[in-house]
Amino acid sequence: MNKFLTSSIGRKIVMSLTGFFLIIFLIVHLSINLSLFWGPNAFNEASEFMATNGVIQVMQYILAAGFILHIIQGISLELKNRSARSIKYVVNKPSENSTFASRNMIYTGILVLLFLILHLWDFFVQLKFVGIGNLTDYELVTNRFSSPLFTAIYVIAFVLLGIHLSHGFQSAFQSTGANYNKYKKCLKYTGIAFSILIAVGFSAIALYFSFIN
Amino acid sequence: MDFTLKIWRQEDANAQGSMKEYKVTDISAETSFLEMLDVLNQNLIEKGEDVISFDNDCREGVCGTCSLYINGEAHGPKKLVTTCQLYMRSFKDGQTIYVEPFRANSFPVVKDLVVDRSAFERIQQAGGYVSFNAGGAPDANAIPIAKEDAADAFDAAECIGCGACVATCKNSSAMLFVSAKVSQFAYLPQGRVEATERVLNMVNQMDNEGFGNCTNTGACEVECPKGISLENIARLNREFLKANVVPK
Ligand code: HEM
Ligand code: SF4
Repeated sequence: MNKFLTSSIGRKIVMSLTGFFLIIFLIVHLSINLSLFWGPNAFNEASEFMATNGVIQVMQYILAAGFILHIIQGISLELKNRSARSIKYVVNKPSENSTFASRNMIYTGILVLLFLILHLWDFFVQLKFVGIGNLTDYELVTNRFSSPLFTAIYVIAFVLLGIHLSHGFQSAFQSTGANYNKYKKCLKYTGIAFSILIAVGFSAIALYFSFIN
Repeated sequence: MDFTLKIWRQEDANAQGSMKEYKVTDISAETSFLEMLDVLNQNLIEKGEDVISFDNDCREGVCGTCSLYINGEAHGPKKLVTTCQLYMRSFKDGQTIYVEPFRANSFPVVKDLVVDRSAFERIQQAGGYVSFNAGGAPDANAIPIAKEDAADAFDAAECIGCGACVATCKNSSAMLFVSAKVSQFAYLPQGRVEATERVLNMVNQMDNEGFGNCTNTGACEVECPKGISLENIARLNREFLKANVVPK
């Protein structure tokens, strides 16, 4: 087992399992956020549930662990991969054989990480540690999106996340060996549809609350 | 046809290499890429210069000896062919062509365009075989094998071990090669006997040779001269997972 986790394929399987886990997290997160459209009460209730429910509280720590594992493993794999070719080609045409998203996972990943830090600071830290005075959770969100710059950063981050997933989704199936030829096309298109759903879904919320202000 | 060639020259494994410019003229469109290099070498010999070293053997696309990264692609711009089967008609008259060796730390340059691909041999030795007593010739149909399995095994067995997958991969990963070598046996009952040790040992050797990790960009499949499918990598991952989690 020890050898498995340090082997090239074992590490990729860790990458893909944490990736799947983060995908599930995104689905839950987006579902909660969409309640913003149902008005203040629905959102405050959903938010209250997330803040108090026991299972969710435990999941928070597992989620943090999942992120950390994914990030550390992702960066460490990237460093190893770079060190496997010291002399670069003078002429190279990677766009002839692979997608932009697949070649730039580390960059979209790191930008999403920077966004994640900003995002945790904006909401999680404010709600948990700083306190938001007599504002409701709903008001906190709507206030934040009154700044066009803030909204723009969020939308860009969602698009980057979408690009990360447009390769990541199908890649995770391939890494675990679940990518049979029979399902290949289906997984590819489901992945692209899912990436668009995530990017558009989260962006729509940001833009909506930016414009109603 | 006339061409300007920019070719990687490197005295030996430890020397510092660089790109050098050469001209070739009056090359017919039907000349293969390697024959064009032969013409250039003939010119160099006549001028008393050191010839350009490059690997080649069968020159009919089956031995896996020729290599070369031509204008930014392994085995050149044409898909599903090796460098020896690439003809100058695939280029434009007067074009500048960059010729570099396959690059990966696990494939060190020996001289000029020749690289040492013995890492592949060591991976093969770690498990790319089946063990049985040859004895007398067995009956051809003693072990029934489904047509599709035989066909898939054969598709995987088409890998000629050229290393274009490693050269192309942004991570210098050898996964396509190893997956083909594991898959060609994984489909067949004779191969199942040693399947567990095979996948564990071959992946272990692959890692020890210092190849990078696969990130599923799929570049190898596009540039592979034999069209080895990415599905083989999915199968390799499955075989590896199975070998690790299913108790023997
Ligand atoms: C919600 C956020 C995220 C989700 C849903 C996600 C999802 C995924 C998925 C599904 C994969 C494919 C795994 C595979 O190929 O088996 C992946 C790969 C990757 N992710 Fe993320 N990711 C997220 C955030 C991040 C962050 C913050 C980083 C920061 C470094 C990152 C870095 C990477 C890298 C480098 C890869 C490619 C690794 C490889 O193929 O070896 N990801 N991600
Ligand atoms: S998989 Fe294709 S590119 Fe890789 S060694 Fe085999 S034939 Fe060459």
